[in-house]
Amino acid sequence: MIYDIRLIIATDYAGAASTGRHLVCVMPRDLGPEQRLVAGLLNLHPVPDQRHDRTDFFGNALVEFALHTPHKGVEVSVQARVARMVSQAPIIEALPLATLPYALAGCRDMGPDSPVHFCAASARVPRDAAMTRYALSLVKPGMTTADAVLAIGHALNTDMRFDSTATTVDTPAEEAFAKRHGVCQDFSHIMIACLRGIGVPAGYVSGYLRTQPPPGKPRLEGADAMHAWVRAWCGPQAGWLAFDPTNDRIADNSHIVVAYGRDYADVAPIRGILRGSGGQRSRQSVDVIPLLSGDDAN
Amino acid sequence: MSDDAGPAPQARSVTPASAAGRSLFDSYRPLPGVPDELCDATGSMRPGWAPLIDHLSSLTQKDITEAFGRGEQHLADAGVFFRKYGDENAASRDWPYSPVPVVLAQSDWDTISDGLIQRVSLLERIAADLYGPNKLVADGHLPAQIIASNPEWLRPMVGVKPRGGHFLHFCAFELGRGPDGRWWVLQDLTDAPSGAGFALENRIATTHVFPDLYGEANVHRLAGFFDGFRKALRGLKGDPASRSAILTPGPLTDTYYEQAYIARYLGLPLLEGGDLKVTNDRLHVRTIKGLIPIDVLWRRMDGMWSDPLEFRGDSQLGTPGLMSAIRQGHVTMVNALGVGVLETQALMAFFPAISRALTGADLKLPNVATWWCGGASELDHVTRHASRMMIGTALTTRMPYETASPHAIGGTLFQSDAVQVGPWLAAHAPDLMAKELVTLSTTPVYEDGQLVPRPMTLRVFLARGPDGWQVMPGGFARIGAGRDTSAVSMRRGGAVADVWVVSDTPVPTPTLLASASDGPFRRATPEALPSRAADNLFWLGRYIERTEGQLRLLRALHGRRSEGASGPLLDTITEQLAQHGVKADAPIPEGLRRTLGAAVQAASQIRDRFSVDGWAALTDMEKTLTRMQATTRAGDDAALATGVLLRKAAGFSGLTHDNMYRTAGWHFLTMGRALERAAMTTGLLARLADRAAPDGALDLAIEIGDSIIVHRQRYATTATRDTVIDLLALDSANPRAVRFQLDVLLARVTDLTADAPLGHMTDFERGVRTLQTAFAVHAVETLDTTSLQSALSEVLALSVTLNAAFLH
Repeated sequence: MIYDIRLIIATDYAGAASTGRHLVCVMPRDLGPEQRLVAGLLNLHPVPDQRHDRTDFFGNALVEFALHTPHKGVEVSVQARVARMVSQAPIIEALPLATLPYALAGCRDMGPDSPVHFCAASARVPRDAAMTRYALSLVKPGMTTADAVLAIGHALNTDMRFDSTATTVDTPAEEAFAKRHGVCQDFSHIMIACLRGIGVPAGYVSGYLRTQPPPGKPRLEGADAMHAWVRAWCGPQAGWLAFDPTNDRIADNSHIVVAYGRDYADVAPIRGILRGSGGQRSRQSVDVIPLLSGDDAN
Repeated sequence: MSDDAGPAPQARSVTPASAAGRSLFDSYRPLPGVPDELCDATGSMRPGWAPLIDHLSSLTQKDITEAFGRGEQHLADAGVFFRKYGDENAASRDWPYSPVPVVLAQSDWDTISDGLIQRVSLLERIAADLYGPNKLVADGHLPAQIIASNPEWLRPMVGVKPRGGHFLHFCAFELGRGPDGRWWVLQDLTDAPSGAGFALENRIATTHVFPDLYGEANVHRLAGFFDGFRKALRGLKGDPASRSAILTPGPLTDTYYEQAYIARYLGLPLLEGGDLKVTNDRLHVRTIKGLIPIDVLWRRMDGMWSDPLEFRGDSQLGTPGLMSAIRQGHVTMVNALGVGVLETQALMAFFPAISRALTGADLKLPNVATWWCGGASELDHVTRHASRMMIGTALTTRMPYETASPHAIGGTLFQSDAVQVGPWLAAHAPDLMAKELVTLSTTPVYEDGQLVPRPMTLRVFLARGPDGWQVMPGGFARIGAGRDTSAVSMRRGGAVADVWVVSDTPVPTPTLLASASDGPFRRATPEALPSRAADNLFWLGRYIERTEGQLRLLRALHGRRSEGASGPLLDTITEQLAQHGVKADAPIPEGLRRTLGAAVQAASQIRDRFSVDGWAALTDMEKTLTRMQATTRAGDDAALATGVLLRKAAGFSGLTHDNMYRTAGWHFLTMGRALERAAMTTGLLARLADRAAPDGALDLAIEIGDSIIVHRQRYATTATRDTVIDLLALDSANPRAVRFQLDVLLARVTDLTADAPLGHMTDFERGVRTLQTAFAVHAVETLDTTSLQSALSEVLALSVTLNAAFLH
């Protein structure tokens, strides 16, 4: 599957900001055979006084830029072409949940993809007794880790109500869980807390999602949004299993990965936006345009 | 600077053995089975103590009380132990001063120095590995979880090589002496250790307690250590034109006064995150002369607060872009960000083996035996010996009893809902570590006329110099409150004492004063004043002047009331006070206290730029005012009280005016005062010299303007509007006149902008010049109430343009 991706994130300040410094994390990743970044261009407006393109600890593409003169807002735009080729093979050799701790204890890998980074509480995903109890209630004896991931993801999708107005980007996971509502960020944080609570390493994936227009209707331009889902570590052989709790399905060719992190705080699309004084207005428009539906024919 | 500076000390016995002998030693009873610093196992005095014990024994109890009082007084004046400003118990110290120093012989000290230099070198290698190749984990010397789950392991630092190659430059260690007489490391303090200023302050206090003895007892001096560290900081700079500074989390930190103290001592600016700005990948301080490069930061702020863009996004203390400047190699952090991970409690379990693996040698100073409960055999061992352990969170840098997390000491659980240690331990094993409960040695403390043994730990400081690590020959001892010698008894508080490392031979006596050997004398260029400090000094000036103005109004009000006056004139005063937000409802109104409180608040932000006397005068005034609020009665009593406060305000002004060095800081303080006084007098005249003002208003203006005598001498007539306007608005020789204060502002702004490019004038300077000229050419007839009112708004507008001109 090949996509063209168009993104604009803009913030307009009520007054002028004298200086600004931001971190942007919106460019799709190149993940080898599973996802190729064919071409990618990231533009900034106003043109920054300084710009560094680099990768963070987890290998995500970051752009850091600074503005030293007064400006009324910032605009980030992305044009990218991505080839996404996830195999639909069944998950094999996922470890039984009971033996996962032994696999983890023996892990000596500190690389960015190592499960050891995704076990502890993180800035936006605390250890939470309520979510751990919820997860434990879904675990059956003899389950593999992958079974548990699917069971928890499915249960959350059933028990939680998608509500794009109920939470904000800052809502704590505990609160969204208590009220059983939220958006993809909340669904993902809650699922991560549930999995870590039962000893499964779990992380946050930010990215783009191809949305299907209603049958017979054309695709609406700019109507897509950035998306978030979860990946869970199922053992040294099975590796990472990516699951989208908002849509109750294993992430597939419709899911285009931008960044891996422990939670939203690691991969926020734009950091360093001024808050408070005078207020600000944010705009976001995303287009995920499928170009070649090679695998659709299958 | 030379270590030979100062008079050469003589090696001779200090106090001839007197009739008193060693009475204090003879009556000293160490605890059975516990090693003691004064007494060895055979009951003999350890080397080094004799001069001190002889000296103390020769003093009467009254002498001793006096001597100890001198030390206390010094510490109270210096205020270094005080907790943060605004703390209700600011006068009481967490750790009171114990005047009897702990004496350590040179040989003991050499053992400690040797062991700590080995340890800190090992820690440096571990830091380089944890932020580099991670071989310790790959080779199985460290469990991956302990690092990867550790909040102190800062991922943005992974792969970053510190400029100059070193992660650690200044560290501290907490030590205790175990039952076998050996020293143990209880805690590694590598991130941003505090206490060096306490050590220095304690030492100065001790020299006040034992002025003669100290000079002759071959006690190693601390000054050389600090001098070396200062030179080392200078040597770390990449750009000779840049500055070094201390980074503080700000006045709300417990140890802020200690930071301000050490900043003054070393002559380094004390900066907050907001003072710093990253431009073009370089770190700068915002000053009244624009951005000045900073390239070495001695960090007293925890790493994770230092850059909100890359670490905690909710940090209000940090500097966005700091990590970027570090990544580009343009700034040296003392110590590097992320080294807090080395303080992790559970790591001590692995240090002994890591030492052998990396260096082939055992640790010369062992650390307290520690177990990470994530390993099966370790968990088993800890469970079986829980009664001899202190068990707590594995991945924290704090001692278990310092946290609010569940922990167990000697088999008893704290902060936990669980009942029994065993099941709790089993349920949370990978998150827990255990340390052997150690006992400490005792040292003598003076209580009720005799010496008694109390448990103690030692804090020792190390700094990296060009030739390797230097150990501060001294430090301080924390002394437990009771006779319980278990290390955890320290959690109940106690005292701090100086530590004397005593040599058998005379010691060098360096000071931080430069000696002639440094080459031809060069006067140092004054540093550019950070904008925030300038702002605080400006507002300190304004608030102090405002306090004084309000006091004058109150004194006039109470004086007249006590004489039975009432009517429109008194209403005029209360209206004028109300304009300042002071409701004259109490003899010493709350509004007045708030104004003075604002002055103290501004001063507390810039403690490093303040003389001890200036600060004492200001806080003394605040204390007096608060006390008077409770006791003062309306009328005459209140008039007298305001008089007392006015004289205290004058005392503070005198101190700053007479003693403050004429740098930019003084200019801003002075401009604050001048602007405020010009505004207050203009406002006062607009009300009291108005045609419609009540009878007596003109006399009142002269009284509040403190110009009664000069008016009588000058005009030999009753006050008229013309004489009052002339004397309080237009007179260039009367410090109470608006014109005089505008002249002051003009002189300050001229000095401040002396090196500005020709033809460039700020709006502030333009405003000052315009107003000053207006008052220079006004005649008494033309300065009517309308022009006074418009002058007032122009004076107040200067505060805004001053901000734009200097305080970016």
